[in-house]
Amino acid sequence: MAIFLDSNSRIIVQGMTGSEGMKHTTRMLAGGSNIVGGVNPRKAGETVEIDGKSLPVFGTVAEAMAATGANVSVIFVPPAFAKAAVVEAIDAEIGLAVVITEGIPVHDSASFWAYSCSKGNKTRIIGPNCPGIISPEQSNAGITPSNITGRGPIGLVSKSGTLTYQMMFELRDIGFSTAIGIGGDPIIGTTHIDALEAFEADPETKAIVLIGEIGGDSEEKAAAYIAKHVTKPVVAYVAGFTAPEGKTMGHAGAIVSGSAGTAQAKKEAFEAVGVKVGKTPSETAALMREVVKSL
Amino acid sequence: MTLDLFEYQARDMFEAHGVPVLQGLIADTPEEAEAAAAKIGGVVVVKAQVKVGGRGKAGGVKVAKTPEEARTHAEAILGLDIKGHVVKRVMIAQGASIDQEYYFSVMLDRSNRTFLSLCSVEGGMDIEQLAVERPDALAKIAVDAVAGIDLAKAREIALAGHFPAELADKVAPVLVKLYDVFVKEDATLVEVNPLVLTHDGQILALDGKVTLDDNAEFRHERAEMERDDLDPLEAKAKAWDLNYVKLDGQVGIIGNGAGLVMSTLDVVAYAGERHGGVRPANFLDIGGGASAEVMANGLDVILGDAQVKSVFVNVFGGITACDAVANGIVGALEKLGSAATKPLVVRLDGNNVVEGRRILADFAHPLVTVAETMDEAADKAAELANR
Repeated sequence: MAIFLDSNSRIIVQGMTGSEGMKHTTRMLAGGSNIVGGVNPRKAGETVEIDGKSLPVFGTVAEAMAATGANVSVIFVPPAFAKAAVVEAIDAEIGLAVVITEGIPVHDSASFWAYSCSKGNKTRIIGPNCPGIISPEQSNAGITPSNITGRGPIGLVSKSGTLTYQMMFELRDIGFSTAIGIGGDPIIGTTHIDALEAFEADPETKAIVLIGEIGGDSEEKAAAYIAKHVTKPVVAYVAGFTAPEGKTMGHAGAIVSGSAGTAQAKKEAFEAVGVKVGKTPSETAALMREVVKSL
Repeated sequence: MTLDLFEYQARDMFEAHGVPVLQGLIADTPEEAEAAAAKIGGVVVVKAQVKVGGRGKAGGVKVAKTPEEARTHAEAILGLDIKGHVVKRVMIAQGASIDQEYYFSVMLDRSNRTFLSLCSVEGGMDIEQLAVERPDALAKIAVDAVAGIDLAKAREIALAGHFPAELADKVAPVLVKLYDVFVKEDATLVEVNPLVLTHDGQILALDGKVTLDDNAEFRHERAEMERDDLDPLEAKAKAWDLNYVKLDGQVGIIGNGAGLVMSTLDVVAYAGERHGGVRPANFLDIGGGASAEVMANGLDVILGDAQVKSVFVNVFGGITACDAVANGIVGALEKLGSAATKPLVVRLDGNNVVEGRRILADFAHPLVTVAETMDEAADKAAELANR
């Protein structure tokens, strides 16, 4: 098992024919993902050859699903067209849409999220501005390097891409069931809580690493959720203790506003419910190592 | 990133979207202020254009009955330091005969992944104070990002803010127009405090705060808009499209990915506790897939910071290849030649790490130390900054 993505996942790529789309489709294929086609209305009917595999290009997500049985879409289209691409995925009711695109206007994200809610959230949205999701040795939908580590008992959910890679690397001898980067934008689809809920239900996942950062209240909400609903051990890490107030630190959502969204408040929220918080990525990995030993 | 507008920019934006506002003209000199006051005629208010609260108390807002008086006030206000913001421009605003003051705002509500409107028939005062002291007086109404604020919704918001029915009908069209500003300008905040009723029965947006979403710049013409002066290093970084924030410290930081860089700052600050209290000097994210050139540009910005005593390059190669990072370091140091005097600690892991480390080993530059782990590198960089 794993969550949201596994060896049965059949992936299409919206924006496959663009430079980012081509680069990462190639990488996903090399990592063993089952990519079954791409979507680009202007190149519908064409075929793209990647490393000896020919991938059909469809005009719409619905057509691609009908022809290939795809159940996951990875979206690489540029910010100006991302909202339309996500809405199309929602209308086609594909099970999972992973939005990699960085720099989407927040009104567009708010709009497609409201649209998804009005349609009953039949499509799980991950991102935007995220590295995607990987279930090692099963499937990879996004830009996470496939070769950092293998399959194992740890589930990981993180706002940051590179900290996801770093944590997978630190714990590479143990391995992961699924690692999800939920993205650093102010409005995102899948949250820390959604991932916690799924990891709790996933028999393969025995322990969970949660990575947060300054801005918003996703970590505080996750802490409250853990106290009530999560029985598996959780170890947390929060980045941004040294971030000054009022400055955006790279991610659009990574900002301390007044006294809200500080790393200290998030750390305290976790510790108040008994979740151990590592001071550094390596200390967090060491905490998880102890947890895994005692399983 | 977001952009806070000056009051006059918000006023102009409101006017462009049909929100009723008073005349307002900007002036950068006392002479311009006098001319603007003469053009508007009657009583005017001279208002300092700074992005900080408490202008009135600091002497940054003054009423003038004549153009001469406007000139005198402008002389006093221009150059005034208000909480560290020096006034370079004033707005000459038409005077208003205010009967009542209200409050309205609409903003991004990230916690609920939607929009939120705040409204109160009791405006004019500090709204955060009102929210704490009399929370019932401030309505908080969720706004669906697709449905938005139409006349019916606007009326619902006003009624929730305790506007009497007749007055709610009167302000509702203005709230709809303010929502237009919010959506069409890609704002994350539109706030009017106060929204006023004049003695002759007009509803006017007297003072506005607008915050815009930088991610939406591609669909707006904002290149000519007045912005805050950037720190010179921030300006240099921006010209190269680097994600850089200047901080107050001695260890320059370069990394890839916002989360990893934030984490690197923290780890350096902890290491600094063991080395004379040195702190991270900056945030610099060279992003995914960074080339040797981007790496070299980043180093150029950081080495230009006189406060920096050592540099920590922390890269986990996901898409970024470690050999490209190593080549960037080599290129930057070769270009600098004998001008390079600050030690560099480099930690590389991930994609093409063996090749990256080999390039640095072959280069064998006396200023470059290659560390095995992030913690070890942070400690070394802090130690070097404390020498």
